[in-house]
Amino acid sequence: MTQDDLFAAGEPEQPRPEPAELTERIEQLHVEGLAETDAPTEDEVAGGRASAAALSAATADAADVLLEVNDLKVHFPIKRGVVFDKTVGYVYAVDGVSLAVRRGETYGLVGESGCGKSTLGRGILRLEEPTAGQVIFDGVDVAGLAGEELRRTRRRMQMVFQDPLGSLDPRQSVESLLLEGMKAHGLTKGKIETNRELRELLSSVGLPATALRKYPHEFSGGQRQRIGIARALTVGPELIVADEPVSALDVSVQAQVINLMEDLQQERGLTYIVIAHDLAVVRHISDRVGVMYLGALVEEAPSADVYAEPLHPYTRALMSAVPVPDPVLEDTRERIILTGDLPSPANPPTGCRFHTRCPWRQETRCDTERPVLTELKPGHRVACHYATEIGSGRLKPNAEPLQLV
Amino acid sequence: MPLLEVEDLGVEFRRRGLEPFRAVDGVSFDVDPGQTVGLVGESGCGKSVTSLAIMRLLMPRGNRVTGRVSFDGTDLLRLPIRDMRDRRGRDLAMIFQDPLSSLNPVISIGLQVTEVLQRHRGMKQSAARAEARDLLDQVGIPDPDRRLKEYPHQLSGGMRQRALIAMAVACRPRLLIADEPTTALDVTIQAQILQLLGTLVRENGTALIMITHDLGVVAGLCDEVNVLYGGRIVERANRHELFATPQHPYTHGLLASIPRLDAPAGERLHPVQGSVSDNIPWTSACAFAPRCGNEVDRCRSASPELTAAPLGHGHQLRCFNPVLPDGAGVGATGGSAPVDSAGEAL
Repeated sequence: MTQDDLFAAGEPEQPRPEPAELTERIEQLHVEGLAETDAPTEDEVAGGRASAAALSAATADAADVLLEVNDLKVHFPIKRGVVFDKTVGYVYAVDGVSLAVRRGETYGLVGESGCGKSTLGRGILRLEEPTAGQVIFDGVDVAGLAGEELRRTRRRMQMVFQDPLGSLDPRQSVESLLLEGMKAHGLTKGKIETNRELRELLSSVGLPATALRKYPHEFSGGQRQRIGIARALTVGPELIVADEPVSALDVSVQAQVINLMEDLQQERGLTYIVIAHDLAVVRHISDRVGVMYLGALVEEAPSADVYAEPLHPYTRALMSAVPVPDPVLEDTRERIILTGDLPSPANPPTGCRFHTRCPWRQETRCDTERPVLTELKPGHRVACHYATEIGSGRLKPNAEPLQLV
Repeated sequence: MPLLEVEDLGVEFRRRGLEPFRAVDGVSFDVDPGQTVGLVGESGCGKSVTSLAIMRLLMPRGNRVTGRVSFDGTDLLRLPIRDMRDRRGRDLAMIFQDPLSSLNPVISIGLQVTEVLQRHRGMKQSAARAEARDLLDQVGIPDPDRRLKEYPHQLSGGMRQRALIAMAVACRPRLLIADEPTTALDVTIQAQILQLLGTLVRENGTALIMITHDLGVVAGLCDEVNVLYGGRIVERANRHELFATPQHPYTHGLLASIPRLDAPAGERLHPVQGSVSDNIPWTSACAFAPRCGNEVDRCRSASPELTAAPLGHGHQLRCFNPVLPDGAGVGATGGSAPVDSAGEAL
């Protein structure tokens, strides 16, 4: 049998749609899509639709959106009782996040511990079952997938974890670690070919081929993270969610891994979601940055704007708190020191979640009405009732001296 | 006169069946009252071991500590251990990185703070209780009466670190050693804690040794900075000079490795190549030579001494071929050197 015969045999005997027919269908789809966005309900505006519409307006071509998250919620039940598990409440880890990630871009998620950034990352990959909302990956709602379909989709979205030693099986050699995913997805192609592929992969992450026979404990932290990245790449993913990929590493090694991730993105056209608490790292690596506080996005902007022009009070405080290795700047710059700690996500404050710590808190609205992410500048969304007033300097921070020695 | 003089401090780990390992190798520095001195470096550079040696917290078994640590004229290393115990907490105190594991989980915060006061200041329980309440209040813990009754797990990370600081400053020690005090904390909490430490130093004239890997923290807090590499000080300067004219290739490389918030977007990082595991012993070479982009032949055959740097005042350097602002050396570490991702050798 020749190749042509094979092709013909495999092809179902169906008439191909004519080009004209196709354009008609596409047009129809567009009309349907528009009809939907034309009359959004109140809820939809507050939730995901608004963001999707805003983003597709901002980008000329909506088709290059690889991932769209619509009003995603991940709530964990708090259970009490010995015999009967009674749910007494919920931890609102992720509570209504909407965002869109374009193909080939790096989206950074920052926030302090407990803000839900990791849970959001895991929710996107369905490693954590979302309570509500949609995760649309390349046009398909991942939340609706099950079984074989879900498994196949997972090949295209991979994760890189924070703790490289904890996420690599200590009893598997690097070769076996890398092969596991490939075998599971049926991507191995015979011994010699696979071996060549693995060697190429290792060299692209900066490890020698001799690493294949070694075990995770034989490597340094930076090298382990390279293995973690290589493992994610074995199955040829399009989206990589990297949860604190460099925070366990020393600064010099951290920079090496950041450069590596940038190179791999260039070579392979990867899309990244990078989750980190280190603002400088996130700002450096990302095209766009989303700042999270207590389970929700409070600001989203191109990464340069986040530092140059933070609009949300929380982002301002966060930016001013990051130490910069420059004594002159450190001595002169204004620092907004927040009082208190992060409130419990099991019992989030009413209204704006940040109002309990916000230096610009106002008497009205802040504690009663939850602000919605609104686009104040092209591509710059912020969830604050008074962002414009604060930005223009019309509102002054409430003087609240810190109690110190 | 300096409050603390560390002279030629050396720590050697001796483990059965292994070659002795010199974790700290001839480290000398002074700390004046009210001064903040930074010890900076990556993991394994000996910064924490230095602090543990000063506090005499290294087990005598398997660790050999040499040199002199003179605190207000007394050599701490030669002090009987009983006397050292009296001084710890009273004259010198330490704050550790991980507040949860340095607090006793089954004893209330109140008891842990009053213990220090009763032991070193001979206070009665009720007086100690009142003092502990004031201390917690001073370090910015709201509702101190309730917190005194609570246990470490009931406090947030920032609160725990504050409680630990309260314990450390309970006896108004003249020297405070903070070993990565904010590494486990979020940036907004870190800012609170750093501000608190700065205030303590300013108002009580406490001398502070700040151990950290974060050059940003150093830039904001330290008067004098010591950069450690492989157990030795490789560069020492006041913070303004160190950041304006870093001359050791390692310091230079560290600064080039850090993504900066205020840097223009899209700028590529220039990391130091390799990792600490590539080090060669200091005995007859520069330990940093294998990772240095600036090395000359001499770096592999002779060990450099800590001497006055070519630039700056009181700036000291341990390097044969320093990086100078307009010299050819700058490019080799900070600029155009092709730093491939395969930097780390196996």
